[in-house]
Amino acid sequence: MTKLPDAETLLPGLAAELRAHITPATAMIGLHTGGAWVAERLHPLLGLKAPLGFMDIAFYRDDYSKEGLKHDPKRTRIPFEVEGREILLVDDVLYTGRTVRAAMNELFDYGRPKSIALVVLADRGGRQLPIAAQVCGAQVDVPGGMRLRLKRAADGKLSLELERAG
Amino acid sequence: MNLLIKGGRVVDPASGRDEVGDVFVSDGHVVESFREKPQKTIDAKGLVVAPGLIDLSARLREPGYEYKATLESEMDAAVAGGVTSLACPPDTDPPLDEPGLVDMLRRRAKALARARVYPVGALTVKLAGERLTEMAELAEAGCVAFSQANAPVANTQVLWHAMQYAATFGFPVWLRAEDRSLAHGGVAHDGEVATRLGLPGIPAFAETIALGTLLQLVRATGSRVHVCRLSTAVAVEMIRAAKKEGLPVSCDVGIHHVHLSEMDLGYYDSHCRLEPPLRSQRDREALAAGLADGTVDCAVSDHTPVDEDQKQMPFAEAEPGATGLELLLPLMLKWGAQKKLPLAKALAPVTSGAARILGVQSGRIEAGAPADLVLFDAGQSWRVAPEMLRSQGKNTPFLGYELAGRVRTTIVAGNVVYEHP
Amino acid sequence: MPGNPQLNANGELQHLLSIEGLPREILTQILDTAEPFAGVTEREVKKVPLLRGKSVFNLFFEASTRTRTTFEIAAKRLSADVINLNVSVSSQSKGESLLDTVANLSAMQADVFVVRHGSSGAPYLIARHVKPHEHVINAGDGRHAHPTQGLLDLYTIRHYKKDFTRLTVAIVGDVLHSRVARSLIHGLTTLGVPEVRVIGPQTLLPAGVESLGVHVFHDMRAGLKDCDVVVMLRLQNERMNGALLPSAQEYFKHYGLTAAKLALAKPDAIVMHPGPMNRGIEIDSSVADGPHSVILPQVTFGIAVRMAVMSIVAGN
Repeated sequence: MTKLPDAETLLPGLAAELRAHITPATAMIGLHTGGAWVAERLHPLLGLKAPLGFMDIAFYRDDYSKEGLKHDPKRTRIPFEVEGREILLVDDVLYTGRTVRAAMNELFDYGRPKSIALVVLADRGGRQLPIAAQVCGAQVDVPGGMRLRLKRAADGKLSLELERAG
Repeated sequence: MNLLIKGGRVVDPASGRDEVGDVFVSDGHVVESFREKPQKTIDAKGLVVAPGLIDLSARLREPGYEYKATLESEMDAAVAGGVTSLACPPDTDPPLDEPGLVDMLRRRAKALARARVYPVGALTVKLAGERLTEMAELAEAGCVAFSQANAPVANTQVLWHAMQYAATFGFPVWLRAEDRSLAHGGVAHDGEVATRLGLPGIPAFAETIALGTLLQLVRATGSRVHVCRLSTAVAVEMIRAAKKEGLPVSCDVGIHHVHLSEMDLGYYDSHCRLEPPLRSQRDREALAAGLADGTVDCAVSDHTPVDEDQKQMPFAEAEPGATGLELLLPLMLKWGAQKKLPLAKALAPVTSGAARILGVQSGRIEAGAPADLVLFDAGQSWRVAPEMLRSQGKNTPFLGYELAGRVRTTIVAGNVVYEHP
Repeated sequence: MPGNPQLNANGELQHLLSIEGLPREILTQILDTAEPFAGVTEREVKKVPLLRGKSVFNLFFEASTRTRTTFEIAAKRLSADVINLNVSVSSQSKGESLLDTVANLSAMQADVFVVRHGSSGAPYLIARHVKPHEHVINAGDGRHAHPTQGLLDLYTIRHYKKDFTRLTVAIVGDVLHSRVARSLIHGLTTLGVPEVRVIGPQTLLPAGVESLGVHVFHDMRAGLKDCDVVVMLRLQNERMNGALLPSAQEYFKHYGLTAAKLALAKPDAIVMHPGPMNRGIEIDSSVADGPHSVILPQVTFGIAVRMAVMSIVAGN
């Protein structure tokens, strides 16, 4: 089994790669919960004018009919105009692509962005939709029956961990 | 015809007799014995042989309500429940305020040859509480007493005169104590449960205020009054005091009110929509105790078949009433067991006690008495389900309950009118 | 007696019939879920696709434009299809039974029934007869319960006061006939409010009301002392000039909320009202429009709370 990359080590690399993609007008949105944690670390490193936005995709998930409104939804707060904006969407783990699909649908209900770029800390493959990350920290192989999760310690330190799925 | 009922446990509340023995029936009456070989023998081994039950309130739904139930189905239900005599309230359609209606009802019942039917006549025309009925005519046609069913007289002056008139002829008056204006719009006992469920309530004093009035009128008129369907602890106390005073009063309780309280309404179970309403636990306990110590003279089923459609309504809109002829016996046994009473005492309220109120010779097992008998298996349990009931009314709060006491054979005037298949 | 009809076998909310009997966790879940919904109204597309393709039938046996409208707005913001039935005018008058009406609608593929009925307990009867995937939300039954109103009242209190366990809440007016009061009382006691008061004349308080866990006050001044929240109930016209109350004037003098009486409550007390208000009868205009009043925010919160309820039940 491949050793998991260290989240903290990945962050400066991500920030460096992003600097090439952004303008001062670019805005960033972190997806609750893990994506928000990553965005909170990246945002101050990039000198963006717009404050950091947060999004919860609970109301846009495609599994509502099967699963219901399960987890505790948080507030989506987008403190800038979406219309005509270049947006960086930040998530922790990219897997099937459904979360990103939901996030894009939700984003378009706020306005019509100029562009959306996806930034993820880790890509574990297993895509079920035609979605790709423009900026990615690391590719990770996840064994069957396991889930890749981002954890945040009490002191704010981020780490990637594997746990049993289901 | 000579009938021998052999080897059963003979229980006669009137005399207190409770022993294994034989019962001899000849020509429709119980006799000491007979020399000839009996024409028919019933093996009553393992069964209780008791007087047939006397139910002072059972609605047969005829005339007028044949779509709810018919005389045939309800008489079938009666004897299947071991009830050999029943009194039916006057709230038929039209009400029993005309001798012709009473006569027709008696003839129909007699022709069916099952239980004995004693009609109770209307006290006022159309039960409207305004004009007196021709009580003497109605009595001649067969009415044993006069009543307002569940429509108490609102005008006290009319009530007073009605009682005076009945007293003139010595006719008993059977009345529910309820103040119409206080009960108006109420569907449940005015207490914690009604408050939680948001149901309009009927306060306990709707009964006790009316009972106070009734007792005063008894003092003034000397009318013999049987108070129907007590529902409050205070009313039991008032009757106790009235009897001590020597007033000619008696009373009954609906068997449902002995077992159930407002707590049983649950999530608006409209099978518990009854008149009077099911009241507090305290009230229920007082009624059960009053029945045991004799303050309450008898228990009735208050059998009221209601269409399931009329019950599948919001509580306040559902039709009140429960089926009861086939549950009276097991529910009396259940009460007796709870009060730890000997079987003879447990059955007294629906045999000797009821017979006394009705003024009939049945309700006892002794030489010369009519041979109205019930043979039942006291230990056999059965589950209350619609298919187990012969009545067209399947509406009971006891659906799904396991009850002990199954009727095997019912005999009226020496003839077998029901045999458990 | 059967188990709680509001919860499915997994203990999840499948019908909302009454706040009474709901575990604290479920109440909190609803309030927590309402929070993000409050943000939906602040954007350009005031909709989320959660209930897309689902049908919400507003079954109102009692006329009500306000409540029905807020349910309609809430359902549409969830992208549901909404069908309004004012049954008072159509089939009921033709003698169709309640259950027959529901069965007919069920045959038209309903997902959620929002029911308002004049008889207490009617939604329970309906909930016993709907199909497993159909959900019932009680929009008010007789004088028994109005759970979504109770929930939005709780949400409002939480929004302004944060901690339920330190509050004194007074409910003033016709508690006897009020389903709003009953629902709110159950919610407050479940969420641990230490002091819940009802204030009104004896004629307007139900038998054994203390058993609901409240303190009874007939003197409004005594009852308002040091309150954090004052909830004014609407007094209906038919109660006045009858055997329950002599007149609106006398009622207002003793039980109407004026600035002077409100001054007895805490300085940061909030004033609530389920609406519609009878100005000058239960509440003075200066108070209704004053700085303590949160009556208009209640309405906004009401939409978010109803969105939360619908999305929770429809998904279970």
